[in-house]
Amino acid sequence: MRSLRKPSVIPGFGLSLGFAAFYASLIVFIPLAALFAKAFTLTWAQFWDTVLHPQALASYRLSLGAALIGASINLVFGFIVAWVLVRYNFFGKKIVDALVDLPFALPTAVAGIALTTLYAPQGWIGQWLTPLGIKVAYAPLGVVVALTFIGLPFVVRTVQPVLEELEKEIEEAAASLGANRWHTFRRILFPALLPALLTGFALSFARAVGEYGSVVFISGNMPFKTEITPLLIVTKLEQYNYAGAAALAVVLLVFSFILLLLINLLQHWSNKRAGG
Amino acid sequence: MLALTLGLSVSTVSLAQSEVKLLNVSYDPTRELYTEFNKAFADHWQKTEKQKVTISQSHGGSGKQARSVIDGLAADVVTLALAYDIDALYEEAKLIPENWQSRLPNNSAPYTSTIVLVVRKGNPKNIKDWDDLVKPGVQVITPNPKTSGGARWNYLAAWAFAKKKYGSDEKAREFVAQLYKNVPVLDSGARGSTTTFAQREIGDVFLSWENEAFLIEKEFGAGKFDIVVPSLSILAEPPVTVVDKNVEKNGTRKVAEAYLKFLYSKEGQEIAGKNFYRPRDPEVAAKYAKVFPQVELITIDAEFGGWQKAQKEHFNDGGVFDAIYKPGT
Repeated sequence: MRSLRKPSVIPGFGLSLGFAAFYASLIVFIPLAALFAKAFTLTWAQFWDTVLHPQALASYRLSLGAALIGASINLVFGFIVAWVLVRYNFFGKKIVDALVDLPFALPTAVAGIALTTLYAPQGWIGQWLTPLGIKVAYAPLGVVVALTFIGLPFVVRTVQPVLEELEKEIEEAAASLGANRWHTFRRILFPALLPALLTGFALSFARAVGEYGSVVFISGNMPFKTEITPLLIVTKLEQYNYAGAAALAVVLLVFSFILLLLINLLQHWSNKRAGG
Repeated sequence: MLALTLGLSVSTVSLAQSEVKLLNVSYDPTRELYTEFNKAFADHWQKTEKQKVTISQSHGGSGKQARSVIDGLAADVVTLALAYDIDALYEEAKLIPENWQSRLPNNSAPYTSTIVLVVRKGNPKNIKDWDDLVKPGVQVITPNPKTSGGARWNYLAAWAFAKKKYGSDEKAREFVAQLYKNVPVLDSGARGSTTTFAQREIGDVFLSWENEAFLIEKEFGAGKFDIVVPSLSILAEPPVTVVDKNVEKNGTRKVAEAYLKFLYSKEGQEIAGKNFYRPRDPEVAAKYAKVFPQVELITIDAEFGGWQKAQKEHFNDGGVFDAIYKPGT
């Protein structure tokens, strides 16, 4: 108990813990508990029927798969964007920096319509891809594009501040000790950035799994092919089947929770390694 | 202090008498219709009852709007795309009595519409009727009937045509399955499909409510599309009702009922006609006969035994629509 009572800037450990618990319950736990309660108004047989239906299984594959791919793309390119924004000075940097946040601010339906306009067979980009046999809009690839778009800021904004903290001198020191570029990146930069990269990846993934607004415009919503799980949830709601909708939501939540937990563990491990 | 409280309560009472508020929760394409109608009704109410009425409108997908009301949106009246969504106000929350649809004339639908085929200028694929839609190489744009109330009318119209032409439910099922094989994109709502067809130029024919087809012409310019009226279609009846539980709480029953009744008046019917809904009133309908071509129309009740039955058989999970997309069929 002593260690918890270290003097801190914000007084009243008990009070602030109480507040934190209350706030978390209000914002997160209570709605989630209500969701679980609704899902389990179904009998077990009904629950499994709903969540293991072939159409539902196909939608998990697409939703989770596209979210993972999107988050991975963001991991690589988000890192590069963050790197450029921190390490280089160029004309218009402030504007590019502000642009990164746009996917946060844009209503998702607008994003979806804009992306579809670009990637549809007659669209600005689509017209060049179609002759090559690449179908983006109304295909699973379109889902990946939309999920990549909405997830980009998460990686950039988590990596950026950490990168800013990393002084250039460390790299210089590494170089003067004989490390080549690859070594410096792998041994010096990467371990320091890994926790931030993982956080960005996790946020980008979690955001993508639940995304509805932008995806329904670009995916085409064909059953078994381009139907994401949130769309199936909406079709259940259209039948006033609230419990069925909640059951699918529970599956998504559990999947996401497991993945986020794994990422957290990974982070913990990498922190410990970096610390030791 | 007492005098102040008294004064306050008196002033609220007198305010309540001089002004009343209504919330009409409607679906997407009625925005223009009700903007005009609300103004007309406010004038009418001011003249006859000497009371100011302020009407707010809310628009969105029909099913989503119904769920908002079930979850507590205090709508005084709802004006939705299909009876199934209003039925839910009774089924899920008992906000209205079971017999709500018999309380107003014409199944509580003061105006109607039907499903028409919108094709590209000059009708390059020569589409005349429903059976042209199943031909190979014809792409059909229609929203997903699982998420769009409007799209359910499209599906049922096609079904009714096939059943009449080929004589059995079995054949109708094959026809509809064939038709949906020609659908490259299932947008989640009618507005999404409109964009797909009109803006992205995908597809040869777009299944649309008649009133929306006219709106498309207005929005994207006449001369880009043609409207083809099929030999047989469905009578789309978007119904209206007072939400009893809410008007009792808000004390607005009288004005809410008058509001809906005014939809059936000459003036209300005229506004419906102007906004491309087919008026019920024979006199007003005659005036708009040039705009709305004659077409054989079947009804949900006669052909499909009502919305509850149609929904369960065709659109609920495990229904006929799902079977069309089962892998391996």
